[in-house]
Amino acid sequence: MTIKDVKDALGARYVCGEELQDTEVHAACGSDMMSDVLAFMKDRSVLLTGLCNPQVIRTAEMMDIVCIVFVRGKKPDDTMIEMARERDIVLLCSGHRMFSACGLLYEKGLRGGSPYR
Amino acid sequence: MNEKIILNYNVDSDDFTRAGEASGNVKRNLKLMGVDPDIVRRVAISLYEGEINMVIHSNGGAIEVIISPTEIEMILKDEGPGIEDTELAMQAGYSTAPDNIRSLGFGAGMGLPNMKKNSDELKIESKVGVGTTVTMKVFIS
Ligand SMILES: Nc1ncnc2c1ncn2[C@@H]1O[C@H](COP(=O)(O)OP(=O)(O)OP(=O)(O)O)[C@@H](O)[C@H]1O
Ligand SMILES: [Mg+2]
Repeated sequence: MTIKDVKDALGARYVCGEELQDTEVHAACGSDMMSDVLAFMKDRSVLLTGLCNPQVIRTAEMMDIVCIVFVRGKKPDDTMIEMARERDIVLLCSGHRMFSACGLLYEKGLRGGSPYR
Repeated sequence: MNEKIILNYNVDSDDFTRAGEASGNVKRNLKLMGVDPDIVRRVAISLYEGEINMVIHSNGGAIEVIISPTEIEMILKDEGPGIEDTELAMQAGYSTAPDNIRSLGFGAGMGLPNMKKNSDELKIESKVGVGTTVTMKVFIS
């Protein structure tokens, strides 16, 4: 599915990166802990998070995350938006809570990768 | 690329907003050099975990990255407080991070195990009251 499909499924709005909306995403991960994201997340994924600070953008940069969805109506500040623009990372805002947002994407066929052992 | 390329960075403690600048810069440089994306990613993750640790747990220090045709070596040297029991610190889930760090999204005790997972060599030398030096290597091909 594409970033645009993610946006539509969540009824989300673009904060930046709309021009990259046709980028394919292969998996998703929902977490407020960047420690977990760094340890478990897969390539070319969407990150759903309720955490809103510059390290979310940095974590996305290191992990090659192409799109971040801020859930629960969290809004990134100008510093974060600027950082995301420089790194070609799409930012989306959704009013959904984490569980619902993940569920909506799961329903559309997006998966989280194999179970951790 | 036959010679070594050396990149140097200072890391301030408690400058949370800037944490990751060095790792991001290294990542961009490696990409420009055409290094394999999987290697770039492993270096970026390992270095970022180490850089965050310096910001959160140490009094600050410096990072040196040595890029050669066969390997990428990362040396993270800080000025204390040092780690009392490095074996314990390496255990998944062990963390001394305070609650305010956890609310920033870190402090799960996953950093050092993740550095071990993503690098080919990891060495921690630490002396309480003096400092910690973490050396990691990622081999190319
Ligand atoms: N440079 C350092 N100086 C002093 N102590 C350190 C340093 N790096 C790690 N430690 C100690 O080792 C512990 C484990 O580190 P680790 O990176 O695995 O987890 P964390 O940083 O607490 O959490 P996470 O990495 O998941 O955000 C830390 O909580 C801290 O006590
Ligand atoms: Mg850590």
